[in-house]
Amino acid sequence: MKYAFSFLAVIALILIAGVGSQIAGMPYFFGVFVPYVAIAVFLVGFVYRVVQWAKSPVPFSIQTTCGQGKSLEFIKHNRLEAPDTTAEVVARMLLEIFTFRSLFRNTKSEIYDGPKITYESSKWLWLFGIVFHYSFLIVVIRHMRLFLNPVPEVVAFLDWADSMFEIGTPSMYMTTAGLIAGAALLFSRRLVNRHVRYISLANDYFPLVLIFAIGVTGALMRHFLRDGIDIVAIKQLAVGLVTFHPVIDGEIGAIFYIHVFLVASLLVYFPFSKLMHLGGVFLSPTRNMKNNSRAVRHTNPWNPDIKPHSYAGYEDEFREFMVDAGIPVEKELPAQKDEA
Amino acid sequence: MYNKGTIIPGLVIFIVFVTFPLWYNGLNAGTVPKPDLPIGQKECVAPAAEMRDNHMKLLNEWRDAVLREDDRVMVKVGGKEYRKGLQMACMQCHNDKEKFCDSCHTYAAVQPTCWDCHLTPKEAASKKETH
Repeated sequence: MKYAFSFLAVIALILIAGVGSQIAGMPYFFGVFVPYVAIAVFLVGFVYRVVQWAKSPVPFSIQTTCGQGKSLEFIKHNRLEAPDTTAEVVARMLLEIFTFRSLFRNTKSEIYDGPKITYESSKWLWLFGIVFHYSFLIVVIRHMRLFLNPVPEVVAFLDWADSMFEIGTPSMYMTTAGLIAGAALLFSRRLVNRHVRYISLANDYFPLVLIFAIGVTGALMRHFLRDGIDIVAIKQLAVGLVTFHPVIDGEIGAIFYIHVFLVASLLVYFPFSKLMHLGGVFLSPTRNMKNNSRAVRHTNPWNPDIKPHSYAGYEDEFREFMVDAGIPVEKELPAQKDEA
Repeated sequence: MYNKGTIIPGLVIFIVFVTFPLWYNGLNAGTVPKPDLPIGQKECVAPAAEMRDNHMKLLNEWRDAVLREDDRVMVKVGGKEYRKGLQMACMQCHNDKEKFCDSCHTYAAVQPTCWDCHLTPKEAASKKETH
């Protein structure tokens, strides 16, 4: 019932904002105070998490090698799968970040009578993931039209391109559908696939349900529950927030406050959850290290500083005791003066 | 902290990116659009608040009714009758596209498709002169 908990949590958030924003004076709480707190927690929390990661030493050279490492000249080096130089690492990282290359290798295993186990490529995760993430990115950039005054050409163009099918008025965005469908598919994958369902926790379901609810409230606000959605008043508030002079002019519909509250919840939740893979993807040692452990010695930064101690030095230190104990030495003790 | 040389620039880029509206606007919210209201006519087909929120839906319904269902009836606003339509009704009072429609649409970066087919009153006037 881990997913039921996520639904309950999101419904609670919706009720808090939906009912709360209707109390006199509370629009300022939900429209001004909550967003400021959320963005502050997001930024401070994000930096804190990255700094904590950066403080952790990497004791071993642990890149994931997916191909032939650099070796002798006649052995073909796989430059992307076992990067040897910084440029190759950067290329591998860029492909990972922009195309989710490692998800493309996702496999599923099944047991048949026999018993016999089979493995087969399963690209659904990659497909849902890429639809979801790119839709989300474009949705976020599109929202800049409400925060930037005047609106840059790029944002206006993106807005136009995203709604180029002109379905309804205001016209539907492709990425709204992509975001909602992506979240729903990633969520249902966790329910349908037994293996993934077994390892799924409430903190896997919750962000998906939350983002799904953000997408749905956004679409409802744009297309269906338009009463009280005066875009000029909303932009005035949004631009006001980023210029530190927030104004709430007139009444804005409850659906707007629900949407904003859910986004604020996401921002607050972000730094303390798996969503930190936004920063983590850059910091994963299995991807960002060079596959050059044969050529360059990887030093564990937390190793204590142990100086080398050769046998000659050891004998120098303990020669007297060794001679006393009758242990053979390579270099005899210097002749004693009083015996001479 | 390890790898300061990459971590710190990375975090700086991230923060600048997230707080981009701050740098772009430069703490200047700009002016909120005040569309020019028609002189003499105080009423519209619906109350002002409803028009602000839902005018685009109404226009779409009108377009479908007039063009696809051939239903160009008369609309009565403030005692005067108009033929249903953007140019025939709405723009009889809201006769300045630039000062009425565009003021908010530019502010919110909305690009309505009305003018793909319709003429603005200014364009219509210039057409009459040439023909």
